[in-house]
Amino acid sequence: MFLEKYDPLKNQMVQILDQDGNHKEDLLPKEMTDDVVKDLYEQMVFYRMCDKRMLKMQRTGRMGTFAPLEGQEAAQIGSEFAMKKTDWMVPAFRELAAMCAHGVPVETFFLFWRGNEIGSKYPKDVKVLPSSIPVGSQMLHAVGISLASKLRKEKDITVTYFGDGATSEGDFHEAMNFAGVFKTPTVFICQNNQYAISVPRSKQTASETIAQKAIAYGFPGVLVDGNDLFAMFAVTKEAAERARKGGGPTLIEAYTYRLADHTTADDSTKYRTQEEVDGWRKRDPLLRLQKYLFKKGAWTEKYEAALQENLLKKVDEITEKVEATADQTVDSMFDYLFAEPTQELLEQKAYLKKMLELENKK
Amino acid sequence: MANQVLTMVQAINMALKQEMARDSRVLVFGEDVGFEGGVFRVTEGLQKEFGPERCFDTPLAEAGIAGMSIGLAINGMRPVCEIQFSGFFFEAYSQMMCHASRMRNRTRGVLTVPMVLRMPYGGGIKALEHHSESMEAIMAHTQGLKVVIPSTPFDAKGLLIAAIRDGDPVIFMEPKRLYRAFKQEVPEEDYFIPIGRAAVIAEGSDVTLIAWGAMVRECYEAAAQAQKEGISCEVVDVRTISPLDHETILASVKKTGRAVVVHEAPRSYGPGAEISATISETLGGALKAPVQRVTGFDVIMPLLRTEDRYMPNPVRIMEAVKKVIA
Ligand SMILES: Cc1ncc(C[n+]2csc(CCOP(=O)(O)OP(=O)(O)O)c2C)c(N)n1
Repeated sequence: MFLEKYDPLKNQMVQILDQDGNHKEDLLPKEMTDDVVKDLYEQMVFYRMCDKRMLKMQRTGRMGTFAPLEGQEAAQIGSEFAMKKTDWMVPAFRELAAMCAHGVPVETFFLFWRGNEIGSKYPKDVKVLPSSIPVGSQMLHAVGISLASKLRKEKDITVTYFGDGATSEGDFHEAMNFAGVFKTPTVFICQNNQYAISVPRSKQTASETIAQKAIAYGFPGVLVDGNDLFAMFAVTKEAAERARKGGGPTLIEAYTYRLADHTTADDSTKYRTQEEVDGWRKRDPLLRLQKYLFKKGAWTEKYEAALQENLLKKVDEITEKVEATADQTVDSMFDYLFAEPTQELLEQKAYLKKMLELENKK
Repeated sequence: MANQVLTMVQAINMALKQEMARDSRVLVFGEDVGFEGGVFRVTEGLQKEFGPERCFDTPLAEAGIAGMSIGLAINGMRPVCEIQFSGFFFEAYSQMMCHASRMRNRTRGVLTVPMVLRMPYGGGIKALEHHSESMEAIMAHTQGLKVVIPSTPFDAKGLLIAAIRDGDPVIFMEPKRLYRAFKQEVPEEDYFIPIGRAAVIAEGSDVTLIAWGAMVRECYEAAAQAQKEGISCEVVDVRTISPLDHETILASVKKTGRAVVVHEAPRSYGPGAEISATISETLGGALKAPVQRVTGFDVIMPLLRTEDRYMPNPVRIMEAVKKVIA
């Protein structure tokens, strides 16, 4: 219903929950009972807390450079909630909430950005690809994965995430085109957080919206308020159902904002104003859900305090686990290149072991 | 004119600024290059000084950046484009390999591609995945591309100016570990260092250490240590990977009779193999020991926590020196 009604060429944006916590009753998905909303709210609070913890660790040398999530929780949790556990997820590099909600252990996610190889090893039944740092490159994998599902007549779909900047890469256009041609069960979710590092969306493409790009590839594109959990869920659900039924791909533009710096190596004050950030703080996805729950009598300060306390304990435990995890061994540096190690690799490994012994003596 | 004490970032910035002032055909662009002045601040201030037509942000697309540069160069401009990190060069590689490198040859010299593609590369700063590799061999193995790697602020300025004035496509790889590692006096005046010329940067008589980029400093350190053990090392900074300066390298090894090539690029098919083969083929029996290589490994570059294990260092260089001396 959203895919047909909202015209990206007219800049029409799906919104169910506004920034003051008011919702459109007729559009509210039936799945969004108070208990479910509370659960999703708690997830969002949790992942924001994890994100903040990563930042703190980075500032104290315990985490590498990473791309913070803050502000994009609804775009990720809303869309992930519309997926089945057997559906595939193909993320970019800012998808802490989406990936972990879909089954990646948070400590594993932390470990990757801490610079430990084990951080891309997920449990076998978790259908999530590792974070993809080369911008735009992962969407084609999503097309391939979903084509395989289709060829095997499985009902799984694939959801792939990327930024507004990524839509400039050739890979994006190839992925969209392939998906259209092969009619794959793929849901493309562009988190338009308004910037690709310092470059604003307006300089990334001359198109009015990103959603409208889908039209050229022969499938629907829809612009969604990415800070609205309900809208993100509702539209992703529709796109997923359409894909599952053999209707082909959809492009969703989640209109959102990156509240933090691009990465911990970035200083966003160089290219955007405090006023602009403050304006978006008022549209914070967590805040509006809080207001919604408050209106429904399901949120109190006491509840929030208890939640924060519980989650903090959880985050502390995760941090401890992460810091207690050993680095990759010298063997594992060489052993995963191929199924069978080559002679060169074995020799190089032996050489490195000898050198490390010498170096440790010095 | 005076000298300024500059980091490599500042020296490159000076070269860009001066070339833009000298030649209005010079354009500087790439991702975050214009308004922000580059993620490493290499292009800081250029947009302000020369306007957004001469220094600008592009959409996020490396094939676009390289391909558009080719067109600009063909039609009379002097593009100096930036790929934000060399790990993302490969999106642009097809353009460089299939067009930039061969336009002169295809058109029998009628159309040429005088462009510079700059990019930070290499390990040692504990960056994230895809940000630490050394892939110069792939560039050097592409016929028709010149590949330049400076190791000091002074050389960076001089080599970049030479690259911008060159009539052919030049890949200018900047060892980001050295971006702010040290400062050096850099003349304000216009000078260039010819492409294709290596430099003997420390004289010695027993062994020639051959390196480029960040490995030059590791060789320096190893040479100082060797000195203490009574071994005299000569250090050659290759500066241009392609075309390779055979003359300088061979003259040095002829004198010392021994050579160790050091690079952080993976070992197999790395530039060290080319250099070692050139030395062996030319000097053969005159060598007092087989040429040794100290290199990165044939593995995926480790993430930051174990990155150090991958990198050649003075200890490993010393071991190779001892081996050729023995
Ligand atoms: C192919 C490629 N080019 C450049 C980069 C460097 N880089 C990392 S993130 C980024 C901006 C990405 O912007 P966008 O796609 O909008 O995603 P966001 O970071 O805003 O989530 C750039 C240029 C990269 N990682 N990969």
